[in-house]
Amino acid sequence: MKRIYVNEDWCLGCRLCEYYCAFAATDQKDMARALKGRKIIPNINIEEKDGISFAVNCRHCEEPLCKKACITGAISIADGVITIEKEKCVSCYTCILSCPYGAVSPSESGAVQKCELCENSPACVNGCPNGAIIFSEKEAAV
Amino acid sequence: MKYVIIGNSTAGIGAVEGIRQIDQNGEITIISNEPFHTYSRPLISYSLRGKVSEENMCYRAADFYEKNNCKLLAGVSVTEVNADKKCISTDDGNSLPYDKLLVATGSSPFTPPFEGLDTVKNKFTFTTKADVERVGTLLTKKTNVLIIGAGLIGLKCAEGMLDKVSNITVVDLSPRILSSILDDHGAGLMQKHLEGKGINFKLSCGVKSFNNNTATFESGETYEFDILILAVGVRPNTDLLRDIAEIDKGIKVNAKSQTSAADIYAAGDCTLSTDISDGQSKIMALLPNAYMQGECAGINMAGGEKSFDKAIPMNAIGFCGLNIITAGNYTGETFEAKENNIYKRLFYGDNKLNGYIMIDEIQKAGIYTSLIRERTPLDTIDFALICEKPGLMAFSKKDRATKLGGEAS
Repeated sequence: MKRIYVNEDWCLGCRLCEYYCAFAATDQKDMARALKGRKIIPNINIEEKDGISFAVNCRHCEEPLCKKACITGAISIADGVITIEKEKCVSCYTCILSCPYGAVSPSESGAVQKCELCENSPACVNGCPNGAIIFSEKEAAV
Repeated sequence: MKYVIIGNSTAGIGAVEGIRQIDQNGEITIISNEPFHTYSRPLISYSLRGKVSEENMCYRAADFYEKNNCKLLAGVSVTEVNADKKCISTDDGNSLPYDKLLVATGSSPFTPPFEGLDTVKNKFTFTTKADVERVGTLLTKKTNVLIIGAGLIGLKCAEGMLDKVSNITVVDLSPRILSSILDDHGAGLMQKHLEGKGINFKLSCGVKSFNNNTATFESGETYEFDILILAVGVRPNTDLLRDIAEIDKGIKVNAKSQTSAADIYAAGDCTLSTDISDGQSKIMALLPNAYMQGECAGINMAGGEKSFDKAIPMNAIGFCGLNIITAGNYTGETFEAKENNIYKRLFYGDNKLNGYIMIDEIQKAGIYTSLIRERTPLDTIDFALICEKPGLMAFSKKDRATKLGGEAS
C-alpha cells in the first residue's frame, strides 16, 4: 500500500504542506483566497526545533490503535486506508488518546480529523517544493 | 470449528473480527441477553441527550453479522457453561456445542444495600440501552434527579439529562468528582465547569437511607427527588465460569486471553488484567482494552498468535464541552502546567512515564500514552521537551525514522 513518507533532511520547514492540506479540504479554487486570515487545522503538521523540521501525518497503521479504540465504530479501514465517518464521531477523543503519532486532531466541525490520503493523490506531496514528502509503497524509496 | 461468543458488545465484536482475520469459514454464534444489534455502550448518554441517532448508536454497520458470516442469538441468556461436554445452555431451553468459547459478559452495576432502597419507585442504573429507554420517558422539565456516584457513569448520565430536567444533584462519598481518573486540581476544574452548567454536587457525602422519594444523608440532611440514578460502580459478570475457571475479582486470563479452563477464553469488562504501568492486576473496564483483548482472544481461538499485554487504564471523555484525557497511574514525580481550564500533569519515576492527566488542551495526548504503553526509557528521549509539548521531535533521529517509516509496535 502507498503511504506518505517524509525525509527530514530535505524538509525546509516552509509549512506549505500544511497549507496545501488545509486547502484540499476546501472546495475553493484559489488557495490564498480560501485560507487568508483563517486559522488552519491541517492533517499534516510540521514539527520544528533547532534547524530540524519534519512533517507528521497519519501513518495508516496496519494495527490502527485509533480504530481499535474508537468507541462508536466511526473509524474504519478499507484497502489499508483508515478513514473517519464524521457522522458517527462524537468527539470523545479516544483516538487522540490512542494515536502514538499525534496524527488525529479535533476539528472545527466537532468530529475528529486526520489524513485520509486525498484519494491517493496527496496534496501535501504534490505541493512540497523540495521533494521532502513522498507517496510510495516503501519507506526505502525515501 | 465452532466458536461461541457470549456477549455482543465491544469484546465480543473484537473477537469476531479477530477470528475472521484467521478463519473465514468457522461457525460463529454470538449470544446476547440484550435484544439489539451491537451498540456502543458509552453512547447511551448521547442518545439520552438526543445527540446520536438510533442508527449511529450501532457499534458496527447493519450488515456486520452477515458480512462476517456469524449468527446472532439476541435476547437470549446463557444459563450454564458445561466445560466437560463443551457446550452451553440457554434460557430458551437450547444447548449449543463449542470448540472454542469466549466469555465476554461485561460488567453489571453494583448497588450498595442502602436502607429503604426498595421503597424508591423510580430508581435506575445507567449502563444499557434499556436503562436509557426506561428513564428517558420519565424526564420532564419539572423532574428533580438525584445521582449517587460522581464517577464516569454518573456524570455522563448527568450531562445526558441536563437539558431535560429541572434539577440534578450528584452525591459522592469521595471529596472530589471523577476520583478514579482525576487529581484534586483536575477534579476541581471539572466540578466548577459542571456547576457552571447547572449540575449540583454534594461531595464527601454518604447516603444513609431512602424513604420513597426522600434521601437522608449521613449528615442528617434530607433531599427530595423524583428520579434516583445509582451509579456507584460496576462489577465483572463472572458467574458463568464459577467453579470452571480461576476467578479473582474478575475472570483471570493470560496475555492470550485464555482462562484457566481449556478452550475457554474471556475478554473485556468481565476479566482481570495486568496494568503494565504499575504491574498490578486489576479490573480495567474500558472500551479500548475490551476491543483489543477481544480481538486477541479471537485470533488465538482461531489458531493464530496474538498477545494483549499492554493494557493500561486510559480514558478520553468530555462533559459539557470540557475534555479530559488520562492514562496510566498517578505515582512518582510530576510535571505540571496550568492555565485557566487547561491542565496537564505528567507522573514519572524510574526513568518511565507512569501516567498523565490532560484537560482542555488534549492534542497529541497519544504520544504520552505511547510512552507509558511502550515503557519507553525517558533517558532515550528529550524528556524536558516532551513535557512541554508532546511531539516526535523529542525522540532521536533514528527512532523518528523508525516511527515515521514504519508503525507503532
